[in-house]
Amino acid sequence: MAEFTVNDLKRILYEAAGTNDDVHMNGADLADQRFTDLDYDSLAVLELSSRIEREYGITIPDGDLSHTMTLREAVTYVVARLAEVKV
Amino acid sequence: MSASGIRAGHRGTAVVTGLGVVAPTGIGARRHWESVLAGKSGLGRITRFDPAGYPVRVAGEVPGFVAKERVPGRLVPQTDRFTHFALAAAEQALDDAAVDPQALPEYAMAVVTASSSGGTEFGQREMERLYQQGPSWVGAYQSIAWFYAATTGQVSIRHGMRGPCGVLCCEQAGGLDALGQSRRLLNTGSELVLSGGTDASLSPYGLVAQTMTGELSTADDPACAYLPFDAAASGFVPGEGGAFLVVETATSARARGAQHYGELLGYAAGFDPPADSGRPPVLASVIRRALADARLDPADIGMVVADASGVPGRDRAEARALTEVFGARGVPVTAPKVLTGRLYGGAALDVATALLALSAGVVPHTAGLDRAAPEYAIDLVVDRPRPLGPGTALVLARGHGGFTSALVVAAGNRTDVAP
Repeated sequence: MAEFTVNDLKRILYEAAGTNDDVHMNGADLADQRFTDLDYDSLAVLELSSRIEREYGITIPDGDLSHTMTLREAVTYVVARLAEVKV
Repeated sequence: MSASGIRAGHRGTAVVTGLGVVAPTGIGARRHWESVLAGKSGLGRITRFDPAGYPVRVAGEVPGFVAKERVPGRLVPQTDRFTHFALAAAEQALDDAAVDPQALPEYAMAVVTASSSGGTEFGQREMERLYQQGPSWVGAYQSIAWFYAATTGQVSIRHGMRGPCGVLCCEQAGGLDALGQSRRLLNTGSELVLSGGTDASLSPYGLVAQTMTGELSTADDPACAYLPFDAAASGFVPGEGGAFLVVETATSARARGAQHYGELLGYAAGFDPPADSGRPPVLASVIRRALADARLDPADIGMVVADASGVPGRDRAEARALTEVFGARGVPVTAPKVLTGRLYGGAALDVATALLALSAGVVPHTAGLDRAAPEYAIDLVVDRPRPLGPGTALVLARGHGGFTSALVVAAGNRTDVAP
């Protein structure tokens, strides 16, 4: 199964909830930001979760990803779920 | 005292200091107004999808609107096209009024819009995902993008306007009701109201929903599809887009040194009795009440921007109400919406057009019509714009089912037209 990085998360987040043109941060800069720091709310994270589920074929129970997490925490969570699927 | 010489009434004066337009006639109030004066129609065969299999194939589409150029990037995937139009028009209106919302108290600013179709294109896309792929494919933003109040909420959030916000769902009369409500709010503590309405119901689902009234034209030639008051009238053409207006107290406008396009002088609304009741439609009485509210007589009105249904029976009823109040051919009547098609929230666009006309001192013509059918006994302005008499306009709007509204506006002190 494919690995999952902050850049993957960023791409899906932008598709899910859009981005303002003035934001040009790379994945490394974003990793320690919380979703809320970037003005993404709970709805944005809900849409993000749903898209990750579909694209990566995993299940993310409601509430496991939260808008108060940093992007790095979200990536760590998804990587762990992917590893579970692999086993 | 306004340029029309009419004194302010018993309540605070509500003035319009900014206009924003996104319409089949163009994006921006100036371009819209140039199209109106030139009689340049925005009607054509539907291009947003292939309309070949549908009974209605002609509509007024907004040309060249690219959401990501006019709407904050975040809001493009999160909202429907009707909200994209609204965000663009609202921003234009604020810019035109030179208002900085951050400089005003957030609870003294409100947003009141009209919507009777909601986010149909967005909704259709998500419903297709539901029945083609399953519930987990329905986007989270469906929960906030489709419904009538979506635009009010997004505009309110974007500009930090936290006063008494709302949406009026009054079919095609709603744009006037939103402005009536805006004026009311200015009397109860609000200083500025961003008001108007937009539609984007030219997706297959949105169009089919509209055809249920049986009032849409099935003609294929855009030049013949929407001919209100004409002997060949065959219904109306649906349009998309709309307008936003910055409505504020004269005191607030003066404090900012802002000039205004005009005043909202009078407003009234009513609802028709059932067709089989034997009782007459309410339009004539609504007009009288709007005039009374404005403290004007029929002779004080310089032009009527007609509802202009295009459905023969409805045209007849409107002409009858006009002759009842104004006498036969007693007031210049115009119908600029022949250039855009009919909008649900978009009666606000007719008000914007009326204010631009008052500022320019002309009655715009109803392009593409030779003359009104003689039986209607109305003075329909055709061929070319006509010099305006008194600096006041009566705007009429009716919605399917019986919604009936009238708004009286008077010329302001602003002479330059919005960009």
